[in-house]
Amino acid sequence: MDMKLEFIKDYVQGGLADKLLSAKCALDELTLEVPAEHWLEVARFLRHDEVLGFTQLIDLCGVDYLTYGDVEWDVTTASRSGFSRAVSGGNGADPFDFEGQEEKPAFDGKRFAVVIHLLSVAHNIRIRVRTWCEDNDFPVVPSLVEIWSSTNWYEREAFDMFGIMFSGHPDLRRILTDYGFVGHPFRKDFPLIGHVEMRYDAEQKRVIYEPVSIEPRVLVPRTIRADQRSPAVEEHDD
Amino acid sequence: MPEIRNFTLNFGPAHPAAHGVLRLVLEMDGEVIVRADPHIGLLHRGTEKLAESKPYNQSIGYMDRLDYVSMMCNEHGYVLAIEKLLGITAPERALYIRTMFDEVTRILNHLLWIGAHALDVGAMTMFLYAFREREDLMDAYEAVSGARLHATYYRPGGVYRDLPDFMPQFETSRFRTEKEAKRLNANRGGSLLDFLEDFTNRFPGYVDEYETLLTDNRIWKQRLVGIGVVSPERALQMGFSGPMLRGSGIEWDLRKKQPYAAYDKVDFDIPVGVQGDSYDRYLVRIEEMRQSNRIIKQCINWLRHNPGAVMLEGAKSSPPKRTDMKQDMESLIQHFKLATEGYCLPEGEAYAAVEHPKGEFGCYIVSDGANKPYRLKIRAPGFAHLSGIDEMAKGHMLADVVAIIGTQDIVFGEIDR
Repeated sequence: MDMKLEFIKDYVQGGLADKLLSAKCALDELTLEVPAEHWLEVARFLRHDEVLGFTQLIDLCGVDYLTYGDVEWDVTTASRSGFSRAVSGGNGADPFDFEGQEEKPAFDGKRFAVVIHLLSVAHNIRIRVRTWCEDNDFPVVPSLVEIWSSTNWYEREAFDMFGIMFSGHPDLRRILTDYGFVGHPFRKDFPLIGHVEMRYDAEQKRVIYEPVSIEPRVLVPRTIRADQRSPAVEEHDD
Repeated sequence: MPEIRNFTLNFGPAHPAAHGVLRLVLEMDGEVIVRADPHIGLLHRGTEKLAESKPYNQSIGYMDRLDYVSMMCNEHGYVLAIEKLLGITAPERALYIRTMFDEVTRILNHLLWIGAHALDVGAMTMFLYAFREREDLMDAYEAVSGARLHATYYRPGGVYRDLPDFMPQFETSRFRTEKEAKRLNANRGGSLLDFLEDFTNRFPGYVDEYETLLTDNRIWKQRLVGIGVVSPERALQMGFSGPMLRGSGIEWDLRKKQPYAAYDKVDFDIPVGVQGDSYDRYLVRIEEMRQSNRIIKQCINWLRHNPGAVMLEGAKSSPPKRTDMKQDMESLIQHFKLATEGYCLPEGEAYAAVEHPKGEFGCYIVSDGANKPYRLKIRAPGFAHLSGIDEMAKGHMLADVVAIIGTQDIVFGEIDR
């Protein structure tokens, strides 16, 4: 498998040369990174090249890298008051942090990525291709509908969930959320509990929307531990 | 001269043949479909976002609820992706158990599919027959995990526990006489493996029953032959997988092509269709049930003779032994950390796919090194299949839409996620 993957990697790098940002093999998977302006060309190459023949697009999804690497409970550095704790009040202030929280710097870098997983049925290989949206406020990526028909709904989903626009898509409507939904729920700055809740109002005799009445809370804090890099596990012989 | 316009028809969301909550807006020219526009999302629960807010193990239960008729296969895809990132493999016995239960699940799924599909097309009896057999398999689920449907049985690094040595028994009650209880308990005297073996011996006969009812049935053929024809090229283009792809004549099965669990050690065949119509897909699925039965038999045989661990010992993701916890401080800490915080995955990304009864079910996990997934994307086969309904239904009659929904084996839990 590894030999094959290395060959594919070299082949793709040869065929696409300067259109690739990077090509990496990890965990038996090959990942290509492509700038948005070459997205269509790379896709066409992967689809129509005879050695590769990625005739099937298995999956397309958006990823929001806004809070990548952020933790709710810092376990690497201890301050005078000990490790930070994952308890925070409604306004997000940490009651255990007496020195005042540092202002989080505004997110710089590219926030939205579109990832596709391709499958070549003829050659039994998989590949992952990622592109980054140039503009964080108005993310746009060319649509792949003309190359793989299956992207139609996947792009609608990515648009619905992340607000990524796919230029050239024939029918870019919301797909999973309710009619008249506001916002893009899978963005990292969209709260898990949402913004509005719905109930039937007996007086007005209709269903009404109002701001959510619950508060966000964290049951298990998000932590990153450096010593968790998969320990070597030996399987016991029975 | 009156103006002739296309007629728009709302199909669902509460239509009995819509298999859940499908709202289909159909543009009709007389009785012929011009355009089918499915409105989905009525069952959207945001599973992917929920999983991002929980430690890895707490989301296994959500996977059951995706495609709620093939529960363990969903878990399998999720667990495999975690294992890939952790770089661990389950012990061999656990792999065989997973293989066996994946196939039990496949039969469960196909039984529900054939029951519902036949019911939609007008054959009531199939539904009753299929649910009779599902009952036995759900008992097997219950014996192994405690739940008849949402098992939450697979874990990264193995399965939750070993197969039980005895089956739960029926007791007499006001509603069940002693004679009746005795009849029901007849094949429950031994272990779960004995019970399943008894089932696998009976099951081919049941499949024959279904086939006598349907395969050469004139009405059944009139409703399915030539309906929803998909060419191999279009099937690939539209992202079809599983029986939908094999029905169109493409021999593609992840169990054979990219084997996982113990599929490379068991013997089975892949049925492939020729015409790519609903009837071929029906034949493919019927044969898959027979093949699943074959795989279960082989797994039972192996599991009988190879006792051993079903959970990887010593991995960060595995809970320590109960007895160790009472004596060993490290084990106690390990248990506490696992219960309160979970375990962290190394930074990276992984995509793992399994051959789910409906097609390719994949989990794409992006990890930033935390104890929760940074992004979890679930690739559900039904999503791609339903997106092809417009093309499949175009030019067919209204009644054929029902047959096409049936042949796609739509379940909304996985489409809406």
